[in-house]
Amino acid sequence: MVIAKTKPLEEIFGMIRSCRSLLIVGCAGCTALCLEGGPREVDGLKDRLGALCKEEGSPCRMEGITLERQCEMEFIEELDAIEGDYEAILSLACGAGVQFVAERYPRKPVLPALNTTFIGVNRAVGLYEERCRSCGDCQLASTGGICFVTLCAKSLFNGPCGGSHNGRCEVDPEIPCAWCAIYERLKGQGRLESLLTLRPPMAWKNGVRGLQVHEDFKDRYGR
Amino acid sequence: MKSGSRLESVLDSGKFAVTAELGPPRGNLNEKVDAKAKMLGDIVDAINVTDNQTAVVRLSSMAVSARLVSLGHEPVLQMVTRDRNRIALQSDVLGAASLGIKNMLCLSGDHQSFGNQKHAKGVYDIDSLQLIAAVKRIRDEGMILDSVDPLEGEVRMFIGAAENPFAEPREFRPLRLRKKAEAGADFIQTQCIYDISLFREFMKEVTDLGLHERCHILAGVTPLKSYRMASYMAERVAGVVIPESILRRMKDAPEGKGAETGIAICCELIEELRSIEGVHGLHLMAIEWESRVREILEKTGLLPADRDL
Repeated sequence: MVIAKTKPLEEIFGMIRSCRSLLIVGCAGCTALCLEGGPREVDGLKDRLGALCKEEGSPCRMEGITLERQCEMEFIEELDAIEGDYEAILSLACGAGVQFVAERYPRKPVLPALNTTFIGVNRAVGLYEERCRSCGDCQLASTGGICFVTLCAKSLFNGPCGGSHNGRCEVDPEIPCAWCAIYERLKGQGRLESLLTLRPPMAWKNGVRGLQVHEDFKDRYGR
Repeated sequence: MKSGSRLESVLDSGKFAVTAELGPPRGNLNEKVDAKAKMLGDIVDAINVTDNQTAVVRLSSMAVSARLVSLGHEPVLQMVTRDRNRIALQSDVLGAASLGIKNMLCLSGDHQSFGNQKHAKGVYDIDSLQLIAAVKRIRDEGMILDSVDPLEGEVRMFIGAAENPFAEPREFRPLRLRKKAEAGADFIQTQCIYDISLFREFMKEVTDLGLHERCHILAGVTPLKSYRMASYMAERVAGVVIPESILRRMKDAPEGKGAETGIAICCELIEELRSIEGVHGLHLMAIEWESRVREILEKTGLLPADRDL
């Protein structure tokens, strides 16, 4: 899922300081699952921002609502009936959700409350690890299911570099060396041969905006 | 001859080659480059010019290499994939050739988080092996990556790569060296060696694989200036292994004799490295200590005249 992290309160307050009415919109999708953007966080943020506004003597009317997802227009539509009552919208979705809300209400400032950090996994409660850079050309079949694009600090295609040390990355001893892990896993599977030949340069596909039409819907979108 | 470089001709003639590293200054003082070039130019076969090493912004390796050419010396242009994508890298290969540079060392480079631009975006569009293959393609086929349009002109380049025999997984290192040779590396300069027995094990594998016949291996050494430097390198520099015996000698060196001890150890290491099968040369990385290279070569009998050059 998409992992995000709430921005520092001062930064968020800086965005809304001059605002007299604010709609705080949570997302029950990924950011709720990583405990940053669901109804609980909407309420918490409303309270903390409310306290700051009070302190500064600049009252702001705030209301909170959490949508099913902010990356689908049919859920965003729920805001149509109420958004007119607010000067601005503060979104607790990932960057995609914020942009989709902003697209629906182009005359209104739509502000991000979170920093979208990565596509990752839930290692344990409150502990998330990045696993995918959505490079568009998945290499995992030949690397024992370990992504070097994401997990090697240099995204090396033919690692490990000379900086692996005790199975750790030279950049940070807390970080395992992805290529050492790949080597060990493939060795365990008896599949080391995939590391013996040169892996050619990647045809990076993420230089321009991704747009994808499902096979079954080609006629509908005329592509 | 693939490049017509002096380094290539020395190695191909079966003579023991010597290269040394020159670190460009933090600034644009040509005098500093010239002073270092003077210390090294006449006593080594080629001078490696590092490319923003440790990810600290320095005078560009291309500019310094071009200056060395104009001074009559032979550079090994180091090029890292950290800072340039394949467009810039390939353009720089052409640029190097047009400036009279005949040797290149293809590296991934120290990660940007080590240097003085910690928040730079690391490029890593391609890695060092893919760069080796790209340079070989330009040289041997006259084409850039993903294109069959012939390039105008002829790029002659002696292609180098690095390998660290001491980084994990060690059993994979000779195989990774083979990958580099297959990608097109003509010569290899190793990470600095202090642990001779580990290096012997590595070279045994390398020679068993016949790699010493496919590319020339230059053993890397870095003279230690002090116990402080030795312990820093042993503890903090990933992939550097310094045996306890060497650390102890540096620690026990009398006051003011750390540098002499470091040079003595370096000379002993060189003597041992020369006798190892498959080692065709020496790569001396005297970090901000280029002034002592002559002395080391004198003591080890590696000045050009001693090597029948």
